[in-house]
Amino acid sequence: MKVRIFVTLKDGVLDPQGKAIHHALESLDFAGVNDVRAGKLIELDVAPSVSREEIDKMCDKLLANTVIENYEIELPETAPEKTS
Amino acid sequence: MQSAVIVFPGSNCDRDMAVALETVSGQKPHMVWHGDSELPSGLDIIAIPGGFSYGDYLRSGAMASRSNIIRPVIEAAGRGVRILGVCNGFQILTETGLLPGALMRNSNIHFVCKDAELEVTSTASIFTSGYASNAAISIPVAHHDGNFFADGDTLDQLENEDRVVFRYRNDINGSSRNIAGIVNEAGNVLGMMPHPERAIDKKHGGTDGLALFESLLR
Repeated sequence: MKVRIFVTLKDGVLDPQGKAIHHALESLDFAGVNDVRAGKLIELDVAPSVSREEIDKMCDKLLANTVIENYEIELPETAPEKTS
Repeated sequence: MQSAVIVFPGSNCDRDMAVALETVSGQKPHMVWHGDSELPSGLDIIAIPGGFSYGDYLRSGAMASRSNIIRPVIEAAGRGVRILGVCNGFQILTETGLLPGALMRNSNIHFVCKDAELEVTSTASIFTSGYASNAAISIPVAHHDGNFFADGDTLDQLENEDRVVFRYRNDINGSSRNIAGIVNEAGNVLGMMPHPERAIDKKHGGTDGLALFESLLR
């Protein structure tokens, strides 16, 4: 089962990387970009027996640092679900 | 004073840290591999050195903070063993939860490598008792992820409890309230981005880091 985990910085946490990308887009003359936030996509291939709760634990214990990051878990055939 | 330096794949300040500890204490530290699951007995000090453990994969310090040796390090911290985390060591200590907050990418995105001007903002800690109050010191920094972040309540608590021990005199990386080093609630765990172990010998440009090791080994 392929699970996709999106890790993003929390609102209000400065994202220097997003800022640099924003700046680069502007310098390429792309207008109308209001803001850029960069995050990570982590793909897991897990056995069907792995529960949603276990994937949550993986995120909390390692994949995201919940001091500064939020994560969303996308299970197959479902839209991303907000978790924190 | 029995000390140990934890060595991770990608540590690169482990030898400098060992030299600093030996220079001041006269005793060779144990070098402990991250894969070990036990620490040598009778340790007074554990140093977590700088470097780029696991290539900074996932987040700086994230993989190292889940390695075998960390469980006994956390237990030792609970027993009051003194723990010094420098640079990547600071990042690892926040990732383990022994210290609050997180170290993020420098706000100006540049890797900063220079002598940083610091203020010793607390001399109440066992790590800084050898400095004069509000001393201005110069200690090298070399990091990409040194931008200390914590929420406002945590920052207020750190300040109210006198746990901010070093501050940058100028903003060099975007750190909240210019924080360069903090201690835990019990006061036996210090994390700092600047490298005191690189400032113990005149031939290397300065000795402002010496007082930290002298305080620690007292």
